[in-house]
Amino acid sequence: MKHRYLKNVATLKLNTEKCMGCGKCLDVCPHNVFNMKNGKIEIIDKNGCMECGACAKNCPFNALEVKPGVGCAYAIIMGWLTGSEPSCDCSGDNSSGCC
Amino acid sequence: MEVEKLENKECCGNDNMDTKIKSIKVKPVVRIPNLSLPFEQQSKDKSCCCGGGDACATEPITLYDKKDNWIVGEITTAAGVVPRVSAKLSFSDTLGAWKARWGVNRMNYKINPGLYAIGNPNSESPVLVTANYKLTFDALRKELNELDAWILVLDTKGINVWCAAGKGTFGTKELISRISKTRLNKIVTHKEIILPQLGAPGVCAHDVTKNTGFKVIYGTVRAKDIKEFIQSGMKATSEMRKVNFTVYDRLVLTPIELVATFKISLIIFGMLFLLNLIAAKPFGVVDFYAYVGALMIGCVLTPVLLPWIPGKAFAWKGWLLGLVWAIGVNVLNGWTVTPSYSLVRALGYMLVLPAVSSFYAMNFTGSSTYTSFSGVLKEMRIAVPAIAISISLGVVLILLNSFGNI
Repeated sequence: MKHRYLKNVATLKLNTEKCMGCGKCLDVCPHNVFNMKNGKIEIIDKNGCMECGACAKNCPFNALEVKPGVGCAYAIIMGWLTGSEPSCDCSGDNSSGCC
Repeated sequence: MEVEKLENKECCGNDNMDTKIKSIKVKPVVRIPNLSLPFEQQSKDKSCCCGGGDACATEPITLYDKKDNWIVGEITTAAGVVPRVSAKLSFSDTLGAWKARWGVNRMNYKINPGLYAIGNPNSESPVLVTANYKLTFDALRKELNELDAWILVLDTKGINVWCAAGKGTFGTKELISRISKTRLNKIVTHKEIILPQLGAPGVCAHDVTKNTGFKVIYGTVRAKDIKEFIQSGMKATSEMRKVNFTVYDRLVLTPIELVATFKISLIIFGMLFLLNLIAAKPFGVVDFYAYVGALMIGCVLTPVLLPWIPGKAFAWKGWLLGLVWAIGVNVLNGWTVTPSYSLVRALGYMLVLPAVSSFYAMNFTGSSTYTSFSGVLKEMRIAVPAIAISISLGVVLILLNSFGNI
């Protein structure tokens, strides 16, 4: 059964003019958000985007933009409580600094 | 995605390191040249002090302990000795995985970063990159039976690939410096490295190529497909590129969800115990199983039944099942025919229990493979105040019943 999350929230943006059709985003996207059509990328499932940021990070032409973040309620609560950016820290600090 | 926070606390290979901390923490590194293998525990911690580059040429490629049963030998390369690992998991590997799943020694279940060999690799063999969480490393090597390959293990502080990539520790900078530290360019003659696809959020492939000359090839999502990927000439099917979240995937994540609630649950039980000293109607077995049930629904049942529960927001899904449970608890206690407690208390349960399930279910967003930051934020803007109000009102009602006997 397919998992679907909230609609119309993803911050993913594609600048088709910059896209050179290398297809790197097709390789890295874990949710089949993109499709190649006539040598250009198109977004076919924006609501499937989980904002991991892999596509934007690996696009050699800066054609993709997304605000990457952790989709984690606990991290967001901790961010609210500590006044910092939500980050994954549920596994604690192993404080094994070596230097 | 469960990950850890230590970016600014460590000195080595962090993209976002605070310059202030850096200036305080930098101190002369004492190098001990020509130290021979094997390295025992006390020298393991020095592995990350190496600044990279030529200065490291005299240091071993990988620090390892021959006594580890997953290391089955050594291979001598042009750049030095590399440990060879087994493609079979032993009982202690399986036990270690179980313990990590239940939160025992989970934050320290890691291996030394560096280069490892599997099978009998030579200078033409493929290079697979992975994280130094032992669970991750084991998941990879058990799929590499009958394959000759190099495994380049990044220092992700014992965190799995995807989470570490999100955090940046499985990242461009660490990959570039690890390639340099292991002197990979002397060990293999080709210029390709295969990364797990889920490492992509942390790695900028073209920057790695620019800095090291190595071309980054994104392999499959799952280790079980990597052999087929290599054998088919680095071709992935769209199924291999897609993240799943099967019942089993969700089930193995539930123990840690439960373990994480032990502390808060103990605090709640402690408070109820103290209240019992002064309550007119003490808290009892009904309160206990009502709470434990709500917790199990949020931490286990909602995750397992996830796609089949109507709605999209996790908090909503948990609330819905929690509501069914709250009704169940009241019916079990005689409602509405011969109720064993008052309407005030019954209403209190209806307000508290679904909200408890909802809260724990909402926290499972962090373990899921498909929730976005924007989406979780949206659901929380409604869910968090709703949960807080519902629990507060419910607690007031239950306390009124316990102390005011209404």
